[in-house]
Amino acid sequence: MARAADQIKARRAALHEGFLRHAGFRWLKASAALCLVLLVIYALADFRPRAGGSTWYGYATGTLGAGLILWLTALGIRKRAMTPGAWSLKAWTSAHVYLGLSLVIVATLHTGFRFGWNVHTLAYALMMLVIVSGIFGVIAYARLPTALSANRGDTTEPQMIEAVHAIDRQLELAAQPLSRNQTDLVIAAMAQDPFGGSIVARLSGHYPRCATRTAIEEIAAASAEAEKVEVLLIRREAALIRLRRHLRLRGLLEGWLWVHVPATVALLAALTAHVIAEFYYW
Amino acid sequence: MVMPCRAVKGVWVTERFRLAIIGSGPAGLSAACHAARLGLSHVLLEKSDHLSDTIFKYQKGKHVMATPSALVLRAGMAFDAGKREGILGGWDAAAAECGVKVQYNAEVTGIDGNKDEFTIKLKNGIQVIAERIVFAIGTQGNPNLMQCPGGDLPHVQYQLNDPAEYVDEHITVVGAGDAGIENALGLVADPAQGNKVTIINRDDNFARSKPANVMLLQDAAAAGKLTIRTETTTAEVRSDEIVFDTRDGQETVRCDRIIARMGAAPPRKFIESCGIAFSGPDREAFPVLSAQFETSRAGIHVIGALAGYPLIKHCMNQGFDVVEFINGNDSLKPADEPILAGKFAALPGDRSVDQWLDLFQTEIEIFRELSALQLRELMLDSTVHAYAPGEVLFRRNEPGASLFSLAEGSVLVEIDAKDASRTVPIQQGSIVGEVGLISGRPRGSTVRADGPVIAVELPRAAALKLIATAPTVARAINRIAIERQLLQIFGSGLTPADVAELVDAATLEDKRAGEVVLAEGDLGKDVYIIRRGSMVVEKALAGRQVFLSYVPAGSYIGEMALIDDAPRSATVKAAIRSEVIRLPGEAFARLLARKPDLLKKAEGDMAARRALNQFIESRKEDFSGAVDLYSETAQFLLDNGLGEATDVLLIDETLCVGCDNCEKACADSHDGLSRLDREAGRTYARLHVPTSCRHCEHPHCMADCPPNAIKRGADGEVVIDDTCIGCGNCERNCPYGVIRMDSKPPPKPSLLEWMFFGRGPGPGEPSKGWRKKNAAPGVESPKKAIKCDMCSGIDGGPACVRACPTGAAIRVSPEQFLSVARLAEDAG
Repeated sequence: MARAADQIKARRAALHEGFLRHAGFRWLKASAALCLVLLVIYALADFRPRAGGSTWYGYATGTLGAGLILWLTALGIRKRAMTPGAWSLKAWTSAHVYLGLSLVIVATLHTGFRFGWNVHTLAYALMMLVIVSGIFGVIAYARLPTALSANRGDTTEPQMIEAVHAIDRQLELAAQPLSRNQTDLVIAAMAQDPFGGSIVARLSGHYPRCATRTAIEEIAAASAEAEKVEVLLIRREAALIRLRRHLRLRGLLEGWLWVHVPATVALLAALTAHVIAEFYYW
Repeated sequence: MVMPCRAVKGVWVTERFRLAIIGSGPAGLSAACHAARLGLSHVLLEKSDHLSDTIFKYQKGKHVMATPSALVLRAGMAFDAGKREGILGGWDAAAAECGVKVQYNAEVTGIDGNKDEFTIKLKNGIQVIAERIVFAIGTQGNPNLMQCPGGDLPHVQYQLNDPAEYVDEHITVVGAGDAGIENALGLVADPAQGNKVTIINRDDNFARSKPANVMLLQDAAAAGKLTIRTETTTAEVRSDEIVFDTRDGQETVRCDRIIARMGAAPPRKFIESCGIAFSGPDREAFPVLSAQFETSRAGIHVIGALAGYPLIKHCMNQGFDVVEFINGNDSLKPADEPILAGKFAALPGDRSVDQWLDLFQTEIEIFRELSALQLRELMLDSTVHAYAPGEVLFRRNEPGASLFSLAEGSVLVEIDAKDASRTVPIQQGSIVGEVGLISGRPRGSTVRADGPVIAVELPRAAALKLIATAPTVARAINRIAIERQLLQIFGSGLTPADVAELVDAATLEDKRAGEVVLAEGDLGKDVYIIRRGSMVVEKALAGRQVFLSYVPAGSYIGEMALIDDAPRSATVKAAIRSEVIRLPGEAFARLLARKPDLLKKAEGDMAARRALNQFIESRKEDFSGAVDLYSETAQFLLDNGLGEATDVLLIDETLCVGCDNCEKACADSHDGLSRLDREAGRTYARLHVPTSCRHCEHPHCMADCPPNAIKRGADGEVVIDDTCIGCGNCERNCPYGVIRMDSKPPPKPSLLEWMFFGRGPGPGEPSKGWRKKNAAPGVESPKKAIKCDMCSGIDGGPACVRACPTGAAIRVSPEQFLSVARLAEDAG
């Protein structure tokens, strides 16, 4: 009984580790060891006539690399297939990150540092693109959640959108007494899709043509009515800033996948071509 | 009617009646009608100027129910469910038709004489001579009064005649028995009156009330017509406000009128002055009665509510029966006799119903002080079993919350799940299964018969009602529960005899949320066991209260001061409304002196706490900031329900990337419906408490589930099974909003079909649109309550945690999470 409780306690403590630190950096250690072994063998072995894919070392690292790529791709399925069993996606992510990084060494040693304008080097280049985008992802995962949480507080995304709509409903009434010119500005502010804008705007958080900002600047608080509208517009802008920051952070946390995943698909195609070509011209 | 009288020595004395019936309620009137039909000379003495004053005083237009429906009615007049006015009219007509002789405005002040020659003194000076007397005066004349400060203010009333009298008032109805519920419903029946009505219930369930009333009340609350507050008592009444003690602390609300319906007790002083003995010293005890309703004073009978029977049908039957008995019919069996005979038919031994009842009454400890009538009523709700030697009463981890009492034979409780031969006996007359009754947890061990056993099984509702209405039973069950809890907590070879002194001296105390149980520096030596709820331990450091640890139910506190003979080293206060068992320090010290093993165990437990205190003291300079943050974080978590949680999902916001894979995994593991909302909920110090079940120690959702579909599983998870009827009570009762009502979506195409061919909505909960489009035509799937079941039965455990890619989602139990070990980790 007590032992079971201790086990659970230990398991719980282990659970509260991020994916990078998972199980005391188990996968970092494993992939570092793998790279070290491969490097030592590469340094000591005698490849004649020259190093490359068609040596025994090349076949070994090639098989290993291809196997790793297929396994790393399987994370996409693992993540979505909620099968029963004692697996943890965190452990998978941890292994995915460190084994994925080890591919830089495995694949480079596999090439024997021979590159050219061909499908083989294309596969290598695509793989490096996947890895670089993945590194961006790891950095984003490590740094952005805190900012996302701080910006969000206790509100949810639907609540943030609703906050903007609530201000809009007030604006619609408050702007009735204003002049034609001023109401046009308010209408333009409300009509603008709050998160419309280019991908650049979305990821940078800069919205230079924000109609709400323009309206705040143009509507001089000459009368009590105009002042009321201005206050509402300032509140609208604050709500927009919060919402846009939220979307920017979400965009950064997800956006890299738009490179990572398609590049992986392209890599799988190039890899297939590379393997077929290699064995066809044997 | 004016009774024929003659003057004897200046006093007006009536003729001699065979039978005088005091009180003209359902019981008395039924007796009088039957007496009239039999042609017995009788008189019905009524205090007021109309028949059946209690029902006369029911609110206008009230629907009067006729329960229990299984009971056959036999009485001098007819009765069926209907409006108050119709029933009263029918009874008036019946009384006139059979020639009942009623004396109105006849208040009895005393009784002299003996069987066959009683003299009943009336307030107006007349003396009534009767051979036999039937008391049928009910209890309504003596309502239980509000005891809190301000309870005597003029806007507190104990009766509601016409709910239509009140307009635009904030009214609090105190007491959620049938009377309170009916009053509350009456006050909100017409929305034009604009009354804001709140009904408060000190318990978390409505065991005392008729299920139909409870259903109407809950419907009204769901429609927003009134507010129900459970686990709430009145702390103070002010001129226009009322202060409630709730589960989470005190709350003050506006209140213009208070209708207190907290039950009534027999007018004991008067009854006792007539020479009638009661079954015990409690305010709610009833007179001791024979099977023929005869009291300890020969010739005087008691029937109806005063006999412990508040339901109209029972009262009327008793009126009929008592007249038959008085008329010499000794072979008459009560109306429920055939029902009981059917129940007992399966038992071996060929005993009569009376013999069985006698056996249960004398053998079973908790039944001993029940009246014969209470016992019969209880038997109607219960099941009786005969077990062969070795047969199992119930198994470990089986759901079940009924109470078994042993009428014949003893049972063995298997204390080791792996070794069935390690058992503890429970003797004839005792009870088993009370743990499930109190905590709602599944059976803790397997119990089997040691030799042939005859047992009475009380279903949860009947057992709770019995505890609520019979203080002697509550005490007996509490005593047994305290004894077993002591043995379980302190273990190490203790026997019931060892703890008998403690059990005798133990008292149960309720603690409000935030109430201090132990104050740092105090000199008290008493030891407390937390029976229900939870506590937080705090210590004053540099003028601030620093959170030390969290203590869940089932732990004990206060032994340190006793063993060290020192003042209390820390403050302990209730995190939520709690119940503690207080054990006197001296008695506990004597037990420790006798049992060195126990002392050693206690000292072992203390070492950890001592180390903790020293750790905090020694490090306070180094991380005062961290200590503050820790204290505040702990407070935040307790505010969000961790104080009563057993297992809760938390999200570390430094790791959460907002991918919602937890929600998707949850939906894909449970018929396509997610039971958690990651983004909703509160956040403090990067710790997020999402909207997801906390698996409370005493689940609020379980309190009022009509089909009893909410159970606690083997790992402590609170789950809703397939018998859910979709009533939505649990959804309304959950203070954390984690239950929702939804119907099962249509099945989705497989993951690979979605990945490669884009078929179906993909992982996670499908959208409303997709569900509508793909629903099986013509089939309306019912909405049922859904909530987290901790992935019970799924290999690998909770899907939300398994599916978190970054390790942000964790499941914790509060005592593990709220420990200073974490503070040390965080401080590095």
